[in-house]
Amino acid sequence: MLRFTLNRLLLMIPTFIGLTLIAFVFIRLLPGDPVLLLAGERGMSAERHAELLAQFGFDQPYWRQYLDYLTGLMQADFGISFSTKRPVLEEFMARFPATLELSICAIILASVLGITAGIIAAVKRGSWFDQITMGGALVGYSMPIFWWALLLIILFSAKLGWTPVSGRLGLMYFFPHKTGFMLVDSLMSGEKGAFASAVRHLILPTVVLATIPLAVIARQTRSAMLEVLGEVYMMTARSKGLSPARVVGLHALRNALIPVVTTIGLQVSVMMGGAILTETIFSWPGIGKWMIDAITRRDYQVVQGGLLLIALFVMIVNLIVDLLYGLVNPRVRYD
Amino acid sequence: MSVADTEKPISPLVENWHYFTHSRGALVGLIVFMFMVVVALISPWIAPHDPAVQYRDAFLVPPVWEDGGQWKFILGTDSVGRDLLSRIMVGARYSLLIGLVVVAMSLTSGIVVGLIAGFVGGRTDTIIMRIMDILLAFPSLLLALVLVAILGPSLFNAMIAIAVTNLPHFSRLTRGEVMGQKGLDYVTATRVAGASRLRLMFRTILPNCLAPLIVQGTLAFSNAILDAAALGFLGMGAQPPTPEWGTMLADAREYITSAWWVVTMPGLAILVTVIAINLIGDGLRDALDPKLKRS
Repeated sequence: MLRFTLNRLLLMIPTFIGLTLIAFVFIRLLPGDPVLLLAGERGMSAERHAELLAQFGFDQPYWRQYLDYLTGLMQADFGISFSTKRPVLEEFMARFPATLELSICAIILASVLGITAGIIAAVKRGSWFDQITMGGALVGYSMPIFWWALLLIILFSAKLGWTPVSGRLGLMYFFPHKTGFMLVDSLMSGEKGAFASAVRHLILPTVVLATIPLAVIARQTRSAMLEVLGEVYMMTARSKGLSPARVVGLHALRNALIPVVTTIGLQVSVMMGGAILTETIFSWPGIGKWMIDAITRRDYQVVQGGLLLIALFVMIVNLIVDLLYGLVNPRVRYD
Repeated sequence: MSVADTEKPISPLVENWHYFTHSRGALVGLIVFMFMVVVALISPWIAPHDPAVQYRDAFLVPPVWEDGGQWKFILGTDSVGRDLLSRIMVGARYSLLIGLVVVAMSLTSGIVVGLIAGFVGGRTDTIIMRIMDILLAFPSLLLALVLVAILGPSLFNAMIAIAVTNLPHFSRLTRGEVMGQKGLDYVTATRVAGASRLRLMFRTILPNCLAPLIVQGTLAFSNAILDAAALGFLGMGAQPPTPEWGTMLADAREYITSAWWVVTMPGLAILVTVIAINLIGDGLRDALDPKLKRS
């Protein structure tokens, strides 16, 4: 197990170097002079222009820039944002908890509902529940989620007034954001109503972000369960006289969940993409919105650093999923 | 008459069509999709209005069935008085074109890359697959966004960007299939008979790898429509006043309280089209996947 983990970590290194190269090349391909963009409408003198180019290292040859960039990365230096003049890593870390909180809530919602619905649909194959669930799943993974978000806002925010349209918390609450997770911070603040406000802000974005993973997980669980239910050892379990609940809950579920774990892991990357849309629509101050803003402002350093950090996060999650896979599936031997 | 005459083998096409039509969903999907194709093709002639014409006396007219609706604008008009129905009809052209072009680009390039990796093997294979792994580490929408930022926002550039994000899926799938076929006897036989490398790759092996690629192609088609609409929505895809469905939704946000039809209609068009294509994809998978046949 330890050897496998180390092995996988070592394999991540060439991939990571490849990622840095791609991020580096992409940003150099972007049109426009980065320093002139920094000056904006006012423009700048030729001396100042040269000075700034030197300061950011843009006057160096590309290979030199890339080496400097790699050296910086080794020291956790992801560059400085052009527009805010603050370190990219610091900006990322300030926003990441918002995205993480949203994604965790969405993946929990999607997994719990998806697995439950998938199991029931498989056990009651062909029933009306099965047909409605699978119909719903088809609609779910065909959904343009940005449009779905607008529909939910029309219904729950505009018509019913149940949920707020944007942000993470009501404006009247003010307390230190120690962890960055609004649910935790609002609970710890002890302010009355703060937690409820945080929850109400979280509901719609969570539902939107969970929609596609929910549909995929429900379908995957159903087909995995159907496959397992047809196995010979299931017949053995039933003929031993075990109760149906035990047969389905213990014998079938444990085997069916193995592929589902992989599916859930794969959904993390999908959700990072979904977070861009969800955060834009709900003005959620996470990394998705941050990246979109950086792209429209042409803040190269942020795009470059953010691209890398998000990819790194996805890689780490995939590694964790691979390790978990071994835990739920004892047949996998790591060495 | 001998028995052999009456039991002519059924052609694979007929057989697959038989399994495909077995599923009601797939058939419904196909009918809806064909309807969309027809609407897209003849939209310039059947659309009630020019999709770009702004009726200055008809801003935000609701659909006919609402109070204040007019038969002149069946689905209502948008904020500058353009007919929504006409824009959605013409928009079908863009969405279907996007799906077609993206699938064509990513399928051909993915097949070539995957064939080379799987057939040549060795270091070439390792390098190609590593690059594909790296591309896969980026969330596809994010990768597409950055590519569009580099190329400049436009419909065609959005298609290229989406095709690039699809490339790893097609090449990995092709490679896996090729690896499975490469060692089989029929390939060895053809090789011994003196077939060239290219012939082996494209004429001998490729046709036997097509089934999963076709299924993946349908999936990519519907995903391309969704991604292009998302890019359009974010302002990085087709540019206004192009009546692309996602772009139409980009400025609809302001009207969620005042004019729901501006928001609802283009999205509904996207949803229905994508559902239809996914139904076809599910039907094709059931028909083409021998493991699931007759189950």
